Amino acid sequence: MPRVSQTVFAPWDDPTEKPLIRFQNVTKRFGTFVAIDDLTLDIYEREFFALLGPSGCGKTTMMRMLAGFETISEGKIELAGQDIGHVPPNERAVNMMFQSYALFPHLSVWDNIAFGLKRDRKSKAEIDARVDEMLKLVRLEKFARRKPHQISGGQRQRVALARSLAKAPKLLLLDEPLGALDKKLRQDTQFELMDIQETTGTTFVIVTHDQEEAMTVASRVAVMDEGRIMQVATPAAIYEHPNSVYVADFIGDVNIISGQTNASGTDTYRLSWAEGQQPVTATSDITFSEGQKAHLAIRPEKIRISTDQPVDADNKVQGKVLDIAYLGNLSTYHVELPGGQVIKAQTANTRRIARRDITWEDPVWISWNATAGVMLAE
Amino acid sequence: MRRFALIAIPYLWLVLLFLAPFLIVLKISLSDAALAIPPYAPTLKDGIGTLIAELDFENFVFLTQDDLYWKAYLSSLRIALISTLLTLLVGYPIAYGMAKAPDEWRATLMMVVILPFWTSFLIRVYAWMGILSNEGLLNQLLIWLGLIGEPLTILNTNTAVYIGIVYTYLPFMILPIYAALDRLDASLDEAAQDLGCTRTQAFWLVTIPLSKNGIVAGCFLVFIPALGEFVIPSLLGGSGTLMIGKVLWEEFFNNRDWPVASAVAIILLLILVIPIVLFQRNQQKQQEAEQ
Ligand SMILES: Nc1ncnc2c1ncn2[C@@H]1O[C@H](COP(=O)(O)OP(=O)(O)O)[C@@H](O)[C@H]1O
Ligand SMILES: [Mg+2]
Repeated sequence: MPRVSQTVFAPWDDPTEKPLIRFQNVTKRFGTFVAIDDLTLDIYEREFFALLGPSGCGKTTMMRMLAGFETISEGKIELAGQDIGHVPPNERAVNMMFQSYALFPHLSVWDNIAFGLKRDRKSKAEIDARVDEMLKLVRLEKFARRKPHQISGGQRQRVALARSLAKAPKLLLLDEPLGALDKKLRQDTQFELMDIQETTGTTFVIVTHDQEEAMTVASRVAVMDEGRIMQVATPAAIYEHPNSVYVADFIGDVNIISGQTNASGTDTYRLSWAEGQQPVTATSDITFSEGQKAHLAIRPEKIRISTDQPVDADNKVQGKVLDIAYLGNLSTYHVELPGGQVIKAQTANTRRIARRDITWEDPVWISWNATAGVMLAE
Repeated sequence: MRRFALIAIPYLWLVLLFLAPFLIVLKISLSDAALAIPPYAPTLKDGIGTLIAELDFENFVFLTQDDLYWKAYLSSLRIALISTLLTLLVGYPIAYGMAKAPDEWRATLMMVVILPFWTSFLIRVYAWMGILSNEGLLNQLLIWLGLIGEPLTILNTNTAVYIGIVYTYLPFMILPIYAALDRLDASLDEAAQDLGCTRTQAFWLVTIPLSKNGIVAGCFLVFIPALGEFVIPSLLGGSGTLMIGKVLWEEFFNNRDWPVASAVAIILLLILVIPIVLFQRNQQKQQEAEQ
């Protein structure tokens, strides 16, 4: 189910909205190693928030601080306005779905899901009803009596999800929940997760190193690197308006053209990028000074490729086809420019492959508009 | 043919070192005591026919008539059970501590646990006599600390036997429990806490059940040899310590009644078959669970 709603869900744009989670200048050190570096971040209720970053950038550490398994070295974390620094894990209204699932091997699927409910001293009838509800939510009614080692990986993943949702936590933490699943199952499960998040209304924080997954499921994505947050924005904003070369490069494919800027009219710059080449024209929301170093980031699908010289393009450069990557629905052309730089251009394969008119070593024109890319200072 | 030979080796071993001695002991237990060398009759020299004709269950009947024997069996069972429990109580925390220790410490800790095996068992038991006697190190220390005025009588009591058994068999308890705890995924404990358990609850609900196989294996490894233990009760125990191993020894060497001694040994073996079979089943179940 796609997210259809009358009003756009964007509590982060509403200054009166109180965040559910608030990281305030949080630093986490392991010995002298800084795993989380002065991090400030707000996450709102009902969000599906994704932490995205390379392995070792501190995603799991952030989750573990939220769950209460790691102490905070500096700063503070608030949950619903309350400082949770000294609240032990069993007293937090936070549940975690572990990267390894951490299902109890000696308990049946049913008992695994009931485990947290039993700790709350709920009545037997209440527990029975809730466990059945959870089993239904993840469609595992038939497997209630099985032990974890008697079910498949995908089913285990759903048991772990049901178990962590059973206590109706304010916040659910999912640490690479789909990491162990194969691609097809992953994609199905992503939509299932979104569905469950919407029906339960729980705030989800998901960790992933797969940018496609983050873009698919999340209301907002935080891109991390070495314990710092590089950018927090909606998937579309992060794709279209990355704030740094790092983010642009991390999310999807991108061409980076670096050079010196010269202003030419309001919000428009000319970027000198190679000896003997026409400078390229680009618009920018941020201002650059005369002669400042800048990087133009353009997605491959925003670059057109043609055999004839285009007439109406803001920027056009001639080059030679180095390589063609055929992806079924799309083709990516690697075009070498006279200076040696390689630019990727992507087109949809609307024609049959046999009739494709551009091939290896062909001289081609690539072109794009001034608004196609983003100018970045770093 | 080669496979057959390979399989034959363990069976040959079993026949030579277990089955043959067992059959000899069984035969002696069915014979009568005699003033001869060897001290029983009949022997093979009398011919197979006479030999079989003269065997009977007299000695086993005798064991049921004198209450010394069943009391000794019961007392051994009790001492073995209590010492197994004590060993578990001492051993589990040690195994737990080892499993939680930083990786770089583990090899050293393991070494410390098995280090006593490097000296003779007998010497270590004698050392305990030196520690536990009235003028021993323990009493001297307690008196010096001012905790007691008069020395405690520990040596030659059941307490000394418990101390001896717990000390001797502790590694057999620690190692299987450590192996079970070491395999345990640390995130299980965290998951339990995440779902609302205190640390103590998580320990009882997750750690203990998941180390059950180690506990069971350790208990059998202590209980089985403790039941027939002879050296510890005779060196550390007193006249009041009744254990079947000691009775067996006395029948053989003091009374020179080999047939009755053999009957005692056969019954002990039959009693031990039960826990040994249970132990084997536990090990097998564990192996199946791991596959
Ligand atoms: N308990 C720990 N002791 C020392 N270093 C740690 C510990 N936990 C994590 N780290 C380090 O902190 C960094 C971030 O780890 P982690 O949060 O697990 O990364 P991610 O989940 O993004 O892959 C890594 O460099 C890791 O080696
Ligand atoms: Mg991680």
